[in-house]
Amino acid sequence: MTDTATRPNQRPELAALDDATLSAALTRMHLIRKFEEAAEASYMRGLIHGTMHLSIGQEASAVGTTLPLEAHDYILSTHRGHGHCIARGAEPKLMFAEFFGKETGYCKGRGGSMHIADVEGGNLGANGIVGGGLPIAVGVGMSIKAQKNGRVCMVFFGDGASNEGAFHEALNMASIWKLPVVFVCENNKYGMSMDISRAMAVANVADRASAYAMPGHCIDGNDLAGVAAVANEAIARARSGGGPSLIECKTYRLRGHSKSDRNLYRTKEEIEDWRGQDPIRRLEAELQVHDRFGAAELMSLEEDAQREIDAAVEFARTCPDPDPKDLTRDVYAL
Amino acid sequence: MRSELIEPPVQLRELTYAEAAREALAQAMEADERVFLFGEDVGVYGGAFGVSGDLVHRFGKDRVIDTPISELGIAGAAVGAAITGMRPVLEIQFSDFVTLAMEQLVNQAAKIRFMFGGKASVPMVVRLPGGSGTGAAAQHSQSLEAWFAHVPGLKVLQPSTPHDAKGMLLAAIDDPNPVLIFEHKLLYKTKGHVPEEPYRVPIGKAAIRREGTDITIVGSSIMALKAQAAAERLAADGISAEVIDLRSLRPIDFTTIAESVRKTHRLMVVYEGVKIMGIGAEISAMIAESEVFDFLDAPIIRLGGADAPIPYNPVLEKAAVPQEDDIVTAAQNLVRRGEA
Repeated sequence: MTDTATRPNQRPELAALDDATLSAALTRMHLIRKFEEAAEASYMRGLIHGTMHLSIGQEASAVGTTLPLEAHDYILSTHRGHGHCIARGAEPKLMFAEFFGKETGYCKGRGGSMHIADVEGGNLGANGIVGGGLPIAVGVGMSIKAQKNGRVCMVFFGDGASNEGAFHEALNMASIWKLPVVFVCENNKYGMSMDISRAMAVANVADRASAYAMPGHCIDGNDLAGVAAVANEAIARARSGGGPSLIECKTYRLRGHSKSDRNLYRTKEEIEDWRGQDPIRRLEAELQVHDRFGAAELMSLEEDAQREIDAAVEFARTCPDPDPKDLTRDVYAL
Repeated sequence: MRSELIEPPVQLRELTYAEAAREALAQAMEADERVFLFGEDVGVYGGAFGVSGDLVHRFGKDRVIDTPISELGIAGAAVGAAITGMRPVLEIQFSDFVTLAMEQLVNQAAKIRFMFGGKASVPMVVRLPGGSGTGAAAQHSQSLEAWFAHVPGLKVLQPSTPHDAKGMLLAAIDDPNPVLIFEHKLLYKTKGHVPEEPYRVPIGKAAIRREGTDITIVGSSIMALKAQAAAERLAADGISAEVIDLRSLRPIDFTTIAESVRKTHRLMVVYEGVKIMGIGAEISAMIAESEVFDFLDAPIIRLGGADAPIPYNPVLEKAAVPQEDDIVTAAQNLVRRGEA
């Protein structure tokens, strides 16, 4: 991130991001998109036996929110969490190995799509339970405060999770104790099928922040630069002892909830409308308008990402399965 | 050796069960700055059953933390603190309220290590006052420990003496796994010898409280004490009962039970939780599946809680869980089965 004075014609959120940062962000957005597409293709080819929750269309919120985090900060993710892992720098080949259930995967094939974690890398885990990470974030915040290590914990959840008791308990505790936690709601409009307007008494998840005396930001979740700017503010507030914030990224999942979804609850037109808000294409277009990147440069970022993902799938396919004799190995720590 | 005979007997220091648990908490916090306590009213109130007592004044509000009434939230907070380098000790005010925290204990705490391929550990302790006998009725008197013993990844303890209340709590705080300690509310005021220095009672080891030859009585928590009192009366009646205090449901010390049954040829299991689908079923089945089955001279007997919620009325409340008389009668019937 650099000064905005050198880019006077650009909106401040975009001007604040230097080329290297934007290039890294675009690469991660492409990696997420390609990862999800390859995951879907692998499923069709029978390489994956479980289900999956794809985040195609939500790349700007995963990458934008985590862009201002420092290397030692923590994240907690959701069942739709591949993007958060990649945004935090996870290696796609180890993610695919996990996805394919291999011993070389992030969790040695024991967790799969919904439980990818890289604890040493600060990723405290995706979560199969809606809202499961929210109370855990409170404890991580307590750790950070007790250890005075200056870190921040960012916890992701969906619009559906904001109707769980865990959401309300966690926001309240984080606020009364002024914990360094950033709550990021990725509001993609639907729980599994229920429209948030039918599931929630207020219009926005961010409106609920006022009940817990913390800032609530309701933002366009498909605008990478805008997301990064708000996240930067919330992270700075958390790190300086100002307490938690709630960011609501309005976004959309272009795929169904999971592999069983037949899209009975939404229209083709709605999906097409949101396809027009594709966060990757929006960012690319804006960068070209301002001459920040040329078409060839942008194309090459995308192609590099595709090559990395193709190689990751090939790596994972050839990895060994776990040995059944190790089934109970990691139930307890010794 | 000779000099010991002429010196007056040393007065062994006695503490209540609650004081012993508090001493363990204090010693753990003194020794390790990662240890902190939290829960509802554990601060100036001193805990609903007085276990935390004055600890907030000794260790400050940052290490003895009052929480909102948010059981799910605080259980999750314990998980988050544990996986990031702390050693949280959480009090669930009444064990019944753990029903509100099940998600975090069962889906998160118990499984995180496994789901993450052994790359994380969850060193947290949850203390849960449980059991009946205080007139607190159906939602404040349950014995739910067997639920948690069904969950791989958790450890479940039931200390019955002040000595074990301290030693098992210190062992639990050292343990790198989530450990649930069910403390029976009627035990808090019981007294016993408790050494001053810190010590650990190994997790997963039952204690033979009384040796005997005619029948093995396995009791958990307060039922281990009732079994010992019953064994005294049985001795006067010519029946030699061996009493095993289970102490740990998970891991369970099957070896000690099996060795005892091999000697006595009879087994009774006594516990306060609902009789069916509980501790007794598991222990009975383990014996039935093992070679020790061939040593049995009589059916295995379970004495457990009635198939009903704990009632308010004191007569009904007593009738809902095994009492000393029940143990004596059942043991007499079992040992004298086939006589007369």
